[in-house]
Amino acid sequence: MTALLDQAPAAPAAGDRRPPRRRPRRGRRVALPYLLLLPALVLELLVHLVPMAVGVWMSFRKLTQFYIRNWSAAPHAGFDNYRVMLDFDSAVGRNLLHSFGVTVAFTVLSVGAAWLLGTAAAVLMQSRFRGRGPLRAFFLVPYALPMYAAVITWAFMLQRDTGMVNGLLGRDGPDAPFWLIGGNSFWSLVVVSVWRTWPFAFLIVMAGLQNIPRDLYEAAALDGAGWWRQFRTITQPMLRPVNQVLLLVLFLWTFNDFNTPYVLFGESAPREASLISIHIYQSSFVTWNFGLGSAMSVLLLLFLLLVTAAYLAVTSRRRRIHA
Amino acid sequence: MGIRQMASAAALTLLAATTVAACGGGGSSSAGPKELVYWASNQGTSLDHDRRVLEPELAKFTQRTGIKVKLEVIGWPDLLNRILAATTSGKGPDVLNIGNTWSASLQATGALLPFDDATFAKIGGRDRFLGPCLAATGAEGKPPTAVPLYGQAYGLYYNKRLFREAGIDKPPATWSELVEVGKKLTKPGQWGLTLQAGQVTENAHHAAILGAQHGARFFNGDKPALASDAAADAIKQYVDLMQVHKIVNPSNAEYTDTAKSLKDLADGKAAMFMNQASAGSFQAVGMKMEDLGVAPIPMPDQFPPGGRRVNSFVAGINLAVFKNTRNLDGALKFVQFMTSTEEQVLLNKTYGSLPTVKDAYGDPAFQTEDVKVFQYVLSTTAEPLPQVPQESQFETLVGTAMKSMFADVAAGRTVDVAGIKAKLAQADQQLAAGS
Repeated sequence: MTALLDQAPAAPAAGDRRPPRRRPRRGRRVALPYLLLLPALVLELLVHLVPMAVGVWMSFRKLTQFYIRNWSAAPHAGFDNYRVMLDFDSAVGRNLLHSFGVTVAFTVLSVGAAWLLGTAAAVLMQSRFRGRGPLRAFFLVPYALPMYAAVITWAFMLQRDTGMVNGLLGRDGPDAPFWLIGGNSFWSLVVVSVWRTWPFAFLIVMAGLQNIPRDLYEAAALDGAGWWRQFRTITQPMLRPVNQVLLLVLFLWTFNDFNTPYVLFGESAPREASLISIHIYQSSFVTWNFGLGSAMSVLLLLFLLLVTAAYLAVTSRRRRIHA
Repeated sequence: MGIRQMASAAALTLLAATTVAACGGGGSSSAGPKELVYWASNQGTSLDHDRRVLEPELAKFTQRTGIKVKLEVIGWPDLLNRILAATTSGKGPDVLNIGNTWSASLQATGALLPFDDATFAKIGGRDRFLGPCLAATGAEGKPPTAVPLYGQAYGLYYNKRLFREAGIDKPPATWSELVEVGKKLTKPGQWGLTLQAGQVTENAHHAAILGAQHGARFFNGDKPALASDAAADAIKQYVDLMQVHKIVNPSNAEYTDTAKSLKDLADGKAAMFMNQASAGSFQAVGMKMEDLGVAPIPMPDQFPPGGRRVNSFVAGINLAVFKNTRNLDGALKFVQFMTSTEEQVLLNKTYGSLPTVKDAYGDPAFQTEDVKVFQYVLSTTAEPLPQVPQESQFETLVGTAMKSMFADVAAGRTVDVAGIKAKLAQADQQLAAGS
């Protein structure tokens, strides 16, 4: 569909060879861009905003299995769903809070590590050397692999008795560690997530580095600046706009990540690695309480909006100061 | 036409096209009275296997009635979500398979056609079916919203070779014998028993079976009452197989599917496995079939007060009609066809499950020792899981809690009765939030 939309304005132009008229009628000139935007706008409404609005509506209803056949009959719940969830003395509230904490820790660690690895690899790959091309391509493999195939392979490797990880560590028998249950499962999740996302960071930082003029480095070198000083005073500041977007995108993806834990652990993740997305899935689909699940989603949405807004406010102010 | 006119025209056309596409989505419901859409659950070794088994039978039905059946086989991880989506949108199949433990939950949604006496009469009457199987078709006192299709029960599979090598001549009949035999069969590289301890629904099934032996009820009417001493004792008894008796490999705590346990038994890494009738699956993982034995799951040595003689629940698959069908007549004809003696013999023979109509048991295929064990269990010592709307939530919450208990045991932490009861109380709270 996007391909069609992209081609739509270009196609007629190809067949029309007359020079453009200098002064088109004003009304049409104003209307056309909007008309061209309209399909995208309608799709955006249908695909994003309408479901979001429905989700918000659902969060105020008692939408359980008794009403899913006829949603409109679901009784009003007022703020009940929110109250149940935010009552941290109850099992539901406590579990949600726990899950939120796990997700925050997971996101900070995963985004931090992915960004560090990606930046380090991109900077090291900046200078020309033999085999740079193939190595770059090799680094992108985790990003190019189909998600399910990649993560299920990790799940096999992390099995206790037959997995490769314990095999390589030389740990077998009764003392062999578990990686998919218990406390280690959190670290397994972080490692798999970093492995999956760092190539993206690498790709974006690498693209950002291409835009830094080489003469800046040459001038700095002439002035006697070493590698580290060049990195601190040229590379980092020049990459700031790239990093600003990169970190935000990584944060949003990682915080919402459903696929990695779902494929790694199945539909019930260990408590130590119970991410909020899995938690919401459990609450709505597995226990058939779509009102409560929606309320959790709405809270998650609000939290992410808040963080994003704060982040953008802080980083753009800093940019203005620096500019 | 100038560039702009053409561009606007193109934009308008596109807009119209996208709007139409957005409105005309999905919906596999039958096109007319001469067609049915059938969602089959995965009973064979693969979705493809199921298609190969069912298609000739559906062709037979088409030949007799002139009604075409569009078949879709749906894997277990997706089936319930697909049914929920169909319920929500009102667009779905005409006839579908459901796990029989979901019966009351799906009945509560109102999406399935109730089988009252008149409807039963159209498919040959209620009395054709096995009583225990009928008990798992919906809440008590309401007309069922499904009829039994394939019957299943739990049994204790064991590896005869390992038993011979250890000098044990018969399978255990009581729980203490199970533990004793299990200890004899546990040695380096081999375990007495394998459990799908990381599998949520399997855990819940065993909690229900042992719970019945301890006298637990789990629901008081429709109200959740999971946290009872009887239930906590039952779960403790199950977890202790790994924790106290150490006849189960702690690695089983991460077994999330049946295949691993089947394979352990086939490879001689474990000697016993409590599972539903699964001879075909054993064969698929390379089990030597002459080494495979099956017996009823051991009963307690002495029943606690209120305990019930139960060593399986009434498992199996039910056949339901989607209420929104536009071909009710054809759908009921199809239900009658699938539950006819002829088809029951043929399909259950192929899948290794048990017929749900009495007449089918005359066939020699259901006179083997193995089948007789399951048949005996199903007809005498099996009770249905609680037939209440929140049954599926019950399985999820209890099963998940047990999964984490096994993880604790595997990590060397202790699981005690008080801790189990606290977890059950938490599950009660979560159930209450959704009712």
